Amino acid sequence: MKTTTEPINAQPGNTDFEVRSLDTICINESRKQHPWWYNFKYMAVGVLFGVVFVKAEVISWFRIQEMFRLQSFHMYGVIGTAVVVGIISVWLIKKFNIKTIHGEKIEFHPKKFNKGQIYGGLIFGLGWALTGACPGPLFAQVGTGALVVIVVLLSAIAGTWTYGYFREKLPH
Amino acid sequence: MLQALQQPWPWYVAGALIGLIVPALLILGNKHFGISANLRHACAACFPAGIKFFQYDWKKEIWNFFFVGGILAGAILTTHLIPDPHPVQINAALARELAGYGITDRSSLLPRELFSWSSLFTLRGLIMLVGGGFLVGFGTRYAGGCTSGHAIMGLSDLQWPSLVATVMFMAGGFIMANLLLPFILHL
Repeated sequence: MKTTTEPINAQPGNTDFEVRSLDTICINESRKQHPWWYNFKYMAVGVLFGVVFVKAEVISWFRIQEMFRLQSFHMYGVIGTAVVVGIISVWLIKKFNIKTIHGEKIEFHPKKFNKGQIYGGLIFGLGWALTGACPGPLFAQVGTGALVVIVVLLSAIAGTWTYGYFREKLPH
Repeated sequence: MLQALQQPWPWYVAGALIGLIVPALLILGNKHFGISANLRHACAACFPAGIKFFQYDWKKEIWNFFFVGGILAGAILTTHLIPDPHPVQINAALARELAGYGITDRSSLLPRELFSWSSLFTLRGLIMLVGGGFLVGFGTRYAGGCTSGHAIMGLSDLQWPSLVATVMFMAGGFIMANLLLPFILHL
């Protein structure tokens, strides 16, 4: 197992770290290099997530419509409980300085406010109520056999690409 | 036991398990919970087209593809091993409203009248599936994250920009579901 100590944006010509720290929540914090099959542990977490998505009907178009019509508490209960459990977990990790299973320090990055969170958030909300899905549920919807959602997924990738293309011209 | 697993799970069970994904990913490898970045990685891997936003080492983020691969597999397993034999239970007012648009099939989590290949070739289906998907992809990246990255991970870390994003997600959803969607469903 090889451990590199230089920051992940240290490679010459790689400037994406500062770009990405502003607008993506998926920065890879790990400086350690692992064999590719270590990634199966994330797949295992994903499987659990997929099961919960389907069994709690979080991926149901009907449930999303109920939520936005204030006709059911279910989705508010799911999101609210998840946030409370998440807040307690993150607080415990910080308080007791809990490390990863590989002994690394767990890092958090403050997010910067920009107008994208307003405009983009609104645009995503419109799409959420139309499709009944956010990006995660899209994959679960396909898994339940609704294969036409592959088209929704490809369209979402096209939307992301279009954002990347016009990014410099959009207000942030 | 099997019957309890087959029934729709209550919100507090689902919410707690989803919340635990946050520390699970952090402790397994310092990964911040988030899914919409996958759409960006897909662009970076397949069609970077010289766009700066897509020029980064997407292979470093490959864990994210494994994660959604797991979501897909989990959904397939659940659908085949512990399916809910009953139709989806929804609020009576919503059922009445949807019946007015010809949407009555509740045998699966997504109404077949809207989520099918034949629907895709109608104006209504095209707007909802292709248009909706585009808004999801464009909006999440513009906002810098989706419900998992902002509403769950961001709020767990008490990030106020994530609260702004989450409030706007909800605002967009309320506007679409109550003001715009009735017109689209009438098409």
